[in-house]
Amino acid sequence: MSPRVLVLVAGAALLTTACGGGDTTTPAASGSSAPASSAAAEPSPSGSAAPVRSNADLVIWTDELKAAAVKPIAAKFATDNGITVDVQVISADLQANFVTANAAGNGPDVFTGAHDWIGNLVQNGAISPLQITADKLSGYAPISVAATTYQSKLYALPFGFEAIALYRNTAIAPDEPKTLDDAIKVGQAAVTAGKVESALNLQQGDNGDAYHMEPVLTSMGGYLFGKTSAGDYDPKDLGVGKEGSLAAAKKIAELGEKGSKVLRRSISGDNSIALFASGKAAFLVSGPWALPDIQKAGVKYAISPVPGFAGQKAAKPFSGVQGFYVASKGKNQAFAQEFVANAMNTEASMQAMYDGAKIPPAMNAVADKVGADNPDVKVFVEAAKGGDPMPAIPAMQKVWEPLGKAYSAIIGGADPAATMTATGKTIAAAIAAAG
Amino acid sequence: MATTTPTRPAAQGPDPHPTPVRRAGTTTALIAKVLGLGLVLGLAIAISPTLIGQSRWGFLAIVWAIAVLALATYAGRRALPAKYILPGTLLLLLFVIYPVVMTAKASTTNFGDGTRQSKEETIAQIVASSVVQSPDAPRYTMTVATEGSVTEGPFTLFLVSQQDQSLYKGTVDGLEPIAAGDVTVTNNAVTAAPGYTILTPQQVNAANATIKDLAVPTETGAIRPLGIRQAFEGTTTLRYDEATDTITDTRDGTQYTPVTSGDREFFTSADGRRVSDQSWLANVGLDNYQRALTDSTIRQDFIRIFIWTVLFATLSVGTTFLVGLLLATTLNDSRMKGQRLYRSLLLLPYAMPGFISLLVWSGFFNKDFGLINSLTGLDIGWFTSTFWARTAVVLTNLWMGFPYMFIVCTGALQAIPSDLKEAAAIDGASGFTQFRKITFPLLLVTVAPLLVASFAFNFNNFNAIALLTEGAPFAPDNPEAGGTDILISYTIRLAFGAGGAQLGFASAISVLLFVLTGVIAAIQFRATRTLEDVN
Repeated sequence: MSPRVLVLVAGAALLTTACGGGDTTTPAASGSSAPASSAAAEPSPSGSAAPVRSNADLVIWTDELKAAAVKPIAAKFATDNGITVDVQVISADLQANFVTANAAGNGPDVFTGAHDWIGNLVQNGAISPLQITADKLSGYAPISVAATTYQSKLYALPFGFEAIALYRNTAIAPDEPKTLDDAIKVGQAAVTAGKVESALNLQQGDNGDAYHMEPVLTSMGGYLFGKTSAGDYDPKDLGVGKEGSLAAAKKIAELGEKGSKVLRRSISGDNSIALFASGKAAFLVSGPWALPDIQKAGVKYAISPVPGFAGQKAAKPFSGVQGFYVASKGKNQAFAQEFVANAMNTEASMQAMYDGAKIPPAMNAVADKVGADNPDVKVFVEAAKGGDPMPAIPAMQKVWEPLGKAYSAIIGGADPAATMTATGKTIAAAIAAAG
Repeated sequence: MATTTPTRPAAQGPDPHPTPVRRAGTTTALIAKVLGLGLVLGLAIAISPTLIGQSRWGFLAIVWAIAVLALATYAGRRALPAKYILPGTLLLLLFVIYPVVMTAKASTTNFGDGTRQSKEETIAQIVASSVVQSPDAPRYTMTVATEGSVTEGPFTLFLVSQQDQSLYKGTVDGLEPIAAGDVTVTNNAVTAAPGYTILTPQQVNAANATIKDLAVPTETGAIRPLGIRQAFEGTTTLRYDEATDTITDTRDGTQYTPVTSGDREFFTSADGRRVSDQSWLANVGLDNYQRALTDSTIRQDFIRIFIWTVLFATLSVGTTFLVGLLLATTLNDSRMKGQRLYRSLLLLPYAMPGFISLLVWSGFFNKDFGLINSLTGLDIGWFTSTFWARTAVVLTNLWMGFPYMFIVCTGALQAIPSDLKEAAAIDGASGFTQFRKITFPLLLVTVAPLLVASFAFNFNNFNAIALLTEGAPFAPDNPEAGGTDILISYTIRLAFGAGGAQLGFASAISVLLFVLTGVIAAIQFRATRTLEDVN
């Protein structure tokens, strides 16, 4: 009896540990991208689970989406300088993996990332400032340079924008809505007529989503952080719990599950885009990352910046900026500075970045050229220019979860003013406790 | 060993072919031994250069200690007990003891975001990144040259102003203009200079540590290399004085000294401004434990979550065991037709990867678009009230876990001799009494330790919570601890959550968790020992 049971147990134990251990999703370092340089590069160590820098004169870490765009630019840089360059794809959690690898001396020389990482990267001493003169940055949208500048120092070379806009199903809503109220009215009429299931998909889920709710907050006069005289976000001036945020909370409650049921916790990041793509929602608030799914589904759509509520302020989404960073402990810092400040900083490179990754470009000349025959990209660039840079200060990390959870609670029917006030206090306390 | 020494007839004298069977056995064993030890040694040799290259002396010592131990134990004929004990002991040391010790060590520090580096590194970085470009100063196209070695220097910078193409030679002693005829200039860069070796880009990059600190003093600041072929003029605006532990801003004379804030220190001016968000790694003693045990919110969260964790693990084991046993008993009846088919079908949930099942179930529970509400006509907000969210978690875990209990119970049931049941039947015991008095106690003898293991697994079943509810629902005033959070998901949120990594504090919680799980397991194993008296 016992051997049989033992075998079963052993098998079962193996299975359970395999499942249990799986949560630490270590990104596969698919580092064997052969650099197309003249100099023969050593093959990257393959098969290792944790990201480890490969052995090349310049190592660039990026995600899958951007790798195809970076590779040709890197290959040209390699040929021009007679060196080897390797572009490694880090498929998950690039920021955390980079911070750990950099501290251990195993990190890359250059990597790509969102500008709101800067606060955390600076407090961890993980990135070096760039020395690029103002005239070499004049070709970029000013908001992209402002976003990558932190405490008066430039930390990343911007290349792309991320912002949310309003998608509409043109079969339901042929005209661009002037206000968010108009959009909701058209959407609700379509719901009543049984044409769609949801008037407006604004993903919140059970834990809320402060990123997608930002246009609502700002249109009602709310803000997250005020600005210092130097133009940086000021962690001491927290807008959550103040007047504008209370007005926004009231509005969210009106639109929530105890009100007009436009905002629902059942619409989350898992189903928001899919519902719109399958024609079950009249409007969708989302970013350029929703485009491929929607285009593939074939639903007729149009995009415009998210409008504000009638009689209220303009809605300002968060502007996210993607950029190239130089690691503080990279082995080849001279090449890294050279690559970011010079090789990347050209119109040809920026055009190649767009062609490969299709991220709305931050360089004006490229944005104009691409936008001329791609209205979607034009709208997203406009939306980003009309927004506020997402705060990069470390204090922002204390905002996301509590504020999202507050939005979710208010949608579910919690008292708007009391919830928002309490959340303001929670966030302020968390910021103070973090020092 | 299957080969037994054949008893040799003593009278026949020395055997010309002594025990051929045994020799064949030893040859195979010897080959296996040589290959195995060769592999261990080969691995140790193979990874040594990498470890030496990265100056990982501790790791190197451990690798070779293991290799030598393996060699000493298995190469000789002695130390037979060690041959059995060594692998287990090594695995225990490496994968259990070592992480626990490291976690305990981390729990006495403030390690986390903003405190990953030493104080020296932090100061060096703060000072180095305080370089400000001199306004209106020109950029230079730089060529690095040397009269000495290309790796050690001394280095000389040949500079071509990008404003007016004027030529300069810069060293640590200063900047001097040079005539156009002294050097060869191609494409606005110096490409040759008599008496100097021009460094290639790779050489510049390799010597970057020395070259980047080369500042050519000028009247308005200093010219510094930037990358491999550019230089700019800038000034370092911060200076650190080790004697007074002060950073001074040279522009306005502001002094920044370390001031404690929370569990870390920042260089702060008299009027409360920080020179940087960077703090550094420091020892905080037992502060993290003190915080975990005395902070009222954390203590309340911890107790509440602990109770739910125990409840969750108990319910998970209880429900899966009940359902698994029920199905196993039913399918174990010989009158049942199609046993094999049913058994295979029941294993299906187990064959699906847990990740996928959990995500699919998470979609099923969606209030407006989920399968469960639309099939049953219910309108339950599954993840919005603590009660329903907990119900959902237990239900899903039941689905995920019952096949395991089914397998285990089926195996155990088949191992119970049928004569015992027949004897009971002859004595007039009903089917249920047979089960209660004979089958179940005998079953428990084999299954009870597995129930303990299953309890421990579910006690730390991070996936079930993270992929299903992410801990939801949360009270708006307490975003760190949700209604379905178990201790491990709570700890991971503290350690890596969006609020920034607090690795030191999370380590302290992990150590507490380790002690708790250990105590519970010990109690449970002691309890199961009494079951063995049945035999």
